[in-house]
Amino acid sequence: MIQELELKEMLQVDNNSLTTWVRIKDSDIYHSFIKSPTAIASSVILFIIFFCSFFVELITPYNPFDPSSLSLMDAFTPPSWTEDGLAKFILGTDGQGRDMLSTILYGSRISLIVGFSAIIFSLVLGVGLGLTAGFFGGKYEMIVMRLTDVQLTVPSILMALLVDGIARGLISREMHDEMAIYVLIFAIGISEWPQFARVSRAATLVEKNKDYISASTIIGVPNLIIMFKHILPNILRPVLVIGTIGLALAIIAESTLSFLGVGVPPTTPSLGTLIRLGNDFLFSGEWWITFFPAIFLVILAFSINLLGDWMRDTLNPKLKK
Amino acid sequence: MSFLKINNLSVDYQMRKETVYAAKNINIEVNKGEILGLVGESGSGKSTVGNAIINLIDEPGKVSGGSVILGDLNIHKNSESLVNYRGNKIGLIFQDPQTSLNPILTVGEQLIETIQTHLQLSKEEAKNKSINLLKEVGIKDAEKRFNNYPHQFSGGMRQRVVISLALCCEPELLIADEPTTALDVSIQSQILELIKRLTKERNLAVILITHDMGVIAETTDRVAVMKSGDLVEIGITKEILTNPQKNYTKSLVSSVPPTNKKISRFVIIENENKNDKPNNIKILNRWQKREIKTQDLVQVKNLDKSFDDNFFTENSKNSIMAVNDVSFEIKEGETFGLVGESGSGKSTIAKMIVNLFKPSSGDIYFDKVCITKIKQKSELMKFRKQIQMIFQDPYSSLNGRLKVKDIIAEPIKLHNPLISNSDLNRYIFDLLESVELIQKSADRYPHEFSGGQRQRISIARALATQPRLLVCDEPTSALDVSIQAQILNLLKDLQEQLNLTILFISHDLPVVRQMCDRIGVLKDGKLCEVTNTEDLFLKPQNEYTKELLRLMPKIESIYN
Repeated sequence: MIQELELKEMLQVDNNSLTTWVRIKDSDIYHSFIKSPTAIASSVILFIIFFCSFFVELITPYNPFDPSSLSLMDAFTPPSWTEDGLAKFILGTDGQGRDMLSTILYGSRISLIVGFSAIIFSLVLGVGLGLTAGFFGGKYEMIVMRLTDVQLTVPSILMALLVDGIARGLISREMHDEMAIYVLIFAIGISEWPQFARVSRAATLVEKNKDYISASTIIGVPNLIIMFKHILPNILRPVLVIGTIGLALAIIAESTLSFLGVGVPPTTPSLGTLIRLGNDFLFSGEWWITFFPAIFLVILAFSINLLGDWMRDTLNPKLKK
Repeated sequence: MSFLKINNLSVDYQMRKETVYAAKNINIEVNKGEILGLVGESGSGKSTVGNAIINLIDEPGKVSGGSVILGDLNIHKNSESLVNYRGNKIGLIFQDPQTSLNPILTVGEQLIETIQTHLQLSKEEAKNKSINLLKEVGIKDAEKRFNNYPHQFSGGMRQRVVISLALCCEPELLIADEPTTALDVSIQSQILELIKRLTKERNLAVILITHDMGVIAETTDRVAVMKSGDLVEIGITKEILTNPQKNYTKSLVSSVPPTNKKISRFVIIENENKNDKPNNIKILNRWQKREIKTQDLVQVKNLDKSFDDNFFTENSKNSIMAVNDVSFEIKEGETFGLVGESGSGKSTIAKMIVNLFKPSSGDIYFDKVCITKIKQKSELMKFRKQIQMIFQDPYSSLNGRLKVKDIIAEPIKLHNPLISNSDLNRYIFDLLESVELIQKSADRYPHEFSGGQRQRISIARALATQPRLLVCDEPTSALDVSIQAQILNLLKDLQEQLNLTILFISHDLPVVRQMCDRIGVLKDGKLCEVTNTEDLFLKPQNEYTKELLRLMPKIESIYN
């Protein structure tokens, strides 16, 4: 769903005159899209994942977050195609009797929400700082860009751990589970912004020296309007491309943090939390509890990356054949 | 029997939506010892023909038919033999000498490499040969310069090196694709002289591809005129230029600004009925037309601008004086021309007048107020409104993400925030019509327009604030000559009807002669001479001006 929306946005960015479906069909992007099997395959997969994750209540008969519906009798049921499997639990159940498939879908919704929010947060922060730095230059630019340099020397997962640690110190224990998801979004978002700042600053420097900006200055257009009306739409294309690839990174970062136990709590598990929980049972033979969330995460991240790669190739005029 | 015969040559580009025919059934013959000019506007396929001879067409294009016979061999028959012909029998000179040499090899290494690829010579022999070649193309101290890198040569010298590279394997055919377009006029004439001399001395067959009718008139023996892939006309240069048979050639010749006289308007052949009466300008109703008083609108006093490279040291002494003690006045209602070669500081002056950056010292007065010292924003806005600018590159001067109507509406709304929507739309339509664009253009995006049309949109945007001074920075140098004629006509009409004052900046002397009342000649940031246009062209005082005038390619030279 969201992916589709985003795709349409990208199309619009590329071809301004897109108002009708005919024009979409005529555009180079649409053409390159239907000629690329990887792009089609990955967007179909993503569409299914997004649809199932966001309309999970309509699809699955179970609600793994509702303890009253769970039965410990069903715990550790293997996948349905194995000997002891039950047809009602296609991918089996975990240690608390939760249906794996619905738990994964509920979990992926949390992963996606965290990933999207984090990437939007870092996109707004990074583009805002990069755009203003490139536009105004001088000492302000120097401070912002050195800040990105410093932050890029720290691995982003460490950065996120640090933020999470500080947040744990500041927020009371009872509040913590409620706040966990916001802390996570902030932690991932703050660790990803430097690349957006760098890309948008570089693009701003290119755009700033074009004549249409001089023309606006001569007309007397205020700086703020020049930045947001004229420069921002023109630098959005490379930013959206790294944003797509950044989305995969953010989802993986969320899973990593949850796997390390500093992410979302086990009561509302995300994909990373599920993998961690399942990890405990791996050596006792209940492989499905960790395997299915893990493979789901791989497919999700891989599809986003493939789509991002396709987008980068298509939108980069230098690589056009 | 001519040396090079091109028979029915066609080049296609197969695109997704359509097949583009870049060249259609071209028949050209070139003899030894002769320079054939290939002239046409951008997109006419002239470079395609040049590249097709050596089969260097980029994907997805391909030579789809015809043959190229060199001597008595069809060189397109066998692609392997063609590789041997490139550089060996056929020499190539490209437009930009900056990119056609490898920057990390010395000139000598590149020459020796090319010679040894094609000829069986020892390294010592190759070296001697290359030094002789460098001498032949007019490079002084060839023995020393042999070990220099390309960046140590100036643009003109580099083009000489490129020519020596093209000649090093004793080719019999030389293809020069816009060899002087990237060079200043004084260097251009030297390079053309060199090509002419080599043609005679070495008995070469030369194809000179260019868009410049002056170059054609001065250099070539025969000329082929191309238009959108078709060969329009081919014949003796003098006959084609003085008595063109086809309509297209006629309009091409009449659009070239004459260098020896001032004409009031360019004759545009293709739509003759429209051309005599200047278009009616509707925006006149809104325009408070100014009386022309013979007073100075702009006074530039002792203007200096230096760009210093103070990245490492605060007070670096390596500052470059882009503009050095320049003073001139522009009278209300006149067109003042600033002429100079690249790097002479003419654009820098323009940018200071429109207040894009501040001068290092000196003042600019507009209507007796010093605009370089204005601090208050509201005060500055008053002048922003009165001084507008048109840029050289029509592709980067419009924001591609905005519709044309939004581009034009921006200055109107900014300076008149209370304007009603219907009034705004009417104003936009009036502006579009006064630059001869249809009203429908308002709802389109810039990329749907050609370069000339984009330049018209720029002009409409500049007129939207009803300026008194219009600064035109090389407004037509990115355009084809027939489009240039239309834009220059438009600027003349606008000026006449609106009493605009124009600062016209150009490197192109014939254009300046057509447009300007007075002219200032700039060299290395200094003003050499300021005088009336006719005085400048008939009796120039300054040595540099005389040199510029002598070297400018003249289409009229064909009549002598």
